[in-house]
Amino acid sequence: MTTEPLWEVFVRPRRGLSHTHVGSLHAPDARMALRHARDLYTRRQEGISIWVVPAGAITASSPDEKDAFFDPAADKIYRHPTFYELPEGVQHL
Amino acid sequence: MTPLELADDALVAAQRLSEWVSRAPTLEEDVALANIALDQLGVARLYLQSLGDEDALAYGRSDAEFRNCQLVELPLGPSRGDLDFGWTIVWLLFLSAAQKIRYTQLAAAGDEIAAKAVKESSYHLDHALEWTVRLGDGTEESHLRAQAALDELWPYSHELTEGIREEWLSVVEPVLAKATLAVPSTTWAPSGGRNGQHTEHLSYLLAEMQSLHRAHPGVMW
Repeated sequence: MTTEPLWEVFVRPRRGLSHTHVGSLHAPDARMALRHARDLYTRRQEGISIWVVPAGAITASSPDEKDAFFDPAADKIYRHPTFYELPEGVQHL
Repeated sequence: MTPLELADDALVAAQRLSEWVSRAPTLEEDVALANIALDQLGVARLYLQSLGDEDALAYGRSDAEFRNCQLVELPLGPSRGDLDFGWTIVWLLFLSAAQKIRYTQLAAAGDEIAAKAVKESSYHLDHALEWTVRLGDGTEESHLRAQAALDELWPYSHELTEGIREEWLSVVEPVLAKATLAVPSTTWAPSGGRNGQHTEHLSYLLAEMQSLHRAHPGVMW
């Protein structure tokens, strides 16, 4: 029955990590959206920060454009840093 | 306030509020109200556990033995079974503002249960005041309903806020002004809940809450 706008919810699990999309909800405005997000998506200590974004504000790539957008990357292996020989003793790579 | 009064306010409020589960206007609000009901139940349990056997206290007392204020036992609408969201929000505004003030005072005096509860009641108050402004200053219909609820519930706020009236008014009145709601001028102030004198509504609420335990004492699942 809801006619309230749709909001996309992003939660940051902890300091140093990025906000990650977790889902969506309906709310009359941004402040209520934030409160609903707190109740729906951080009940079990999932996060320390929440963003809500009007779903209509998101411009998404179209499935029709999938080939043009993403396929060309497949055969450009030189974009991957796999051609370097690692010197002895280098860690964390 | 005594621990039993605090516990009974929270317990009866939890039972009342849980009537909204599966009936709220939106799924999001359903979860929010259920959350608040569970918070209330959690605080009630902690205070009851500090006093003795929580099941005996919650399920074994008759209405005249309950020490909650009358506000929390009132139906959340113009009549029993007729849930009204605006009514519920005004009720929650009254209750959470009073609870936040009391828990803050008790926490400062070293009450550990109140220290936990004060964060929760801050959120309950926030939820209630956000909605109060939206309903009061919303559509013509929402304003009428919120004002009607305010007029009906206002008399019961006196017993709720005994000893903290001024502080409570300093929280609630600015919210009502922002919501374009008029503070009722009535001076009627029913009371007696703290002495076990309740409205007819409490016995119905307790009948529902206690029937299972009375039919099957000690039952678990």
